Amino acid sequence: MIPLALAPEGKILRVVGIRGGRGVVRRLADLGLFPGSTTRVIKSTGGGPILLELRGSKIALGRGISMKVFVEVRE
Amino acid sequence: MKIRVALAGNPNVGKSVVFNNLTGGHQHIGNWPGKTVEKAEGTLNYKGNEIYVIDLPGTYSLTAYSVEELIARDYIIQEKPDVVVSVVDASNLERNLYLTLQLLELGANVIIALNKMDLAERENTKIDVKKLEKILGIPVIPMVAPRKEGIRELLDAIIKYAENPVKREIGYDEKIEKYIDDVRRIIDGKIEDLNPRWVAIKILENDDEVKRRIDRDLLLRCEEVREKMRNEVGDPEVALADARYELIKEICKDVIIKEKKVTVSDIIDSVLLDKYLGIPIFVSVLWMIFQFGFMVSAPFCDFLGDGFAEVSSALSGITGVRWLDYLLFGDYGVLNGIGMVLSFVPLIFLLYFALSLVEDFGYMARAAFLMDKIMRKLGLSGRAIIPMILGFGCNVPAIYATRTIPDEKDRLVAILVNPLMLCGARLVFFAAIVDAFWGDKAGDVLLSLYLLGIVLAFLVAIALRKTVLKGRASPFILELPPYQMPVPGVSLLKAWERGKLFFTKAGKVILPGILLLGILLIASTNLTYTENAEGSLAAALGKALLPLVKPLGWDWRLLVAALFGIVAKEIVLGASALLYGVSEETIAAKMATMYTPLQMYSYLVFILIYVPCIVTIGAIKQEAGTKWAAFTVIYEILLAYIMAWLVLGFGHLMGVI
Repeated sequence: MIPLALAPEGKILRVVGIRGGRGVVRRLADLGLFPGSTTRVIKSTGGGPILLELRGSKIALGRGISMKVFVEVRE
Repeated sequence: MKIRVALAGNPNVGKSVVFNNLTGGHQHIGNWPGKTVEKAEGTLNYKGNEIYVIDLPGTYSLTAYSVEELIARDYIIQEKPDVVVSVVDASNLERNLYLTLQLLELGANVIIALNKMDLAERENTKIDVKKLEKILGIPVIPMVAPRKEGIRELLDAIIKYAENPVKREIGYDEKIEKYIDDVRRIIDGKIEDLNPRWVAIKILENDDEVKRRIDRDLLLRCEEVREKMRNEVGDPEVALADARYELIKEICKDVIIKEKKVTVSDIIDSVLLDKYLGIPIFVSVLWMIFQFGFMVSAPFCDFLGDGFAEVSSALSGITGVRWLDYLLFGDYGVLNGIGMVLSFVPLIFLLYFALSLVEDFGYMARAAFLMDKIMRKLGLSGRAIIPMILGFGCNVPAIYATRTIPDEKDRLVAILVNPLMLCGARLVFFAAIVDAFWGDKAGDVLLSLYLLGIVLAFLVAIALRKTVLKGRASPFILELPPYQMPVPGVSLLKAWERGKLFFTKAGKVILPGILLLGILLIASTNLTYTENAEGSLAAALGKALLPLVKPLGWDWRLLVAALFGIVAKEIVLGASALLYGVSEETIAAKMATMYTPLQMYSYLVFILIYVPCIVTIGAIKQEAGTKWAAFTVIYEILLAYIMAWLVLGFGHLMGVI
């Protein structure tokens, strides 16, 4: 289990948990990111935001929030 | 028949293009009451029907967490539009249907406008429209909005379904539905005016806005269901989002025949978001927007400014009464004032136009992504980069551009530091002065002023973040939309509307401001007409306030020129020329005989930082409230004073005279 911020580019990832306030959890859920969903890091910028492929679109997540989403590498 | 239509959809789905195609030029852009969210509405006549269209803010969901989402859902609940058109990006069905499902939960009469069919096709995504209609039970109109394909079909559907609404309930997975049913049974018949299924879902989602409308004892029983749900399937909010996405996945499996391949957007992104190329490209894009705005507008601005000045001088003397003549046609008369306001409009218009093109292309989100890391460190959000750069043109559109920053504190910081960006109006004065004082070093001096503004903006931002605007930074979550060709017509219309808005607003403050300056200049201290600036009220005012700026070593004329500059910064040039009794072309040379370069640099630093012009103050007041507008004025005066004084002191210390 690693934070999304540190996940390798290109690998399929599965979300196992999100640590955060209600508002953040809800916003991410609305975008389709919650425990059980799969995603992929398209680009990480080393300390800056990361770019995700999520439910068919590209979502940028800031460093702070992507440290709070925990994932496991599927492949 | 009168039909009211609301357009809903995610950001970047081409909603505004659909809106423009529907309403054409008959539209009005304003603000939602009490909010800083833009509201666009318009009307059209079609087959004998009067159709009113409102463009709801672009959202991904309909929670009570964000202003945009609350506006959109409140409009649908309270105004009950006859038809809600859910604009959906065909190339991204999975994400877009999420909002559509929520519109259906609300019990709205929903039609899907399946936009960007061309983009979907290019990406080899084929959508079985008939099947989608059948599954959802609502009409689906395929469209390519920029080419106006599907607009007629959409209008026909709007008319048809306004008369015969279809209200479809779409059930989710059974393990979720049972909780919705339980809550629904509790509240059944106890709520008026709202769709009971929607209320049940919102109660499960713990939505404060909805819970407020429910009796307390009922709510307690609902809470029990909620607790049960939490124990059995986890966080109800997440479980519901999961259920919607599960259903969407099923739907997509049925209606999409997709062949996965690398999209054009992916290829463009691999260049524009490149680790090394990304930021240099961004800087060049900004430079181009800027150049475009200034270069193209320059002749129009000059033409308007000079034109009014010439007409003024031609008409001068026509009334036969000298003071009236002056107030109408003089340097600070009505006609010149109108010319001055008008001469801003081309620049504002072009900056908006260029910006809107770049935004519609999909680049703005990329810029925010690229700059977020650096900007965070400097106390600002990544999205603040655009307003900051725009500030070099004019602070007014820049302050309006902060609307793309969702977090309130991030946005406030971006607004409050914006006036420190050296705008085009201040440049008018600086450019005239630097040559006479510094000759071939003039460019360096000018650059130093630009840099000083930027450095101060970052320092102030960091300071604000550590003091009055302390607090956790809100998380950066942003969709990067697929790139698409912008539609110039749409951008033009947007720019035109905003240009108009600027003209009326600026006119309301600049014109009276200029008249006031005119009166101060021609009224003597015993309120008779005077042509001698020395004996005017303005001079008296300057002399009275002079002790305040004694440490800065100005004479009363510099002080009066600075005061006049509050109306509009370029007035500093004309006003100082007038007060020293020379022309605008020779004022710099005149000043060079009276002040040392150090004194003048200190004055320029002051003019760079002090009070924003009144139009900017107005923009800050509108976007952030009176309190923050006052705050900006005060901190800037203090900062300007201190900096100007430091420049003098430091200069003397270094042995510069």
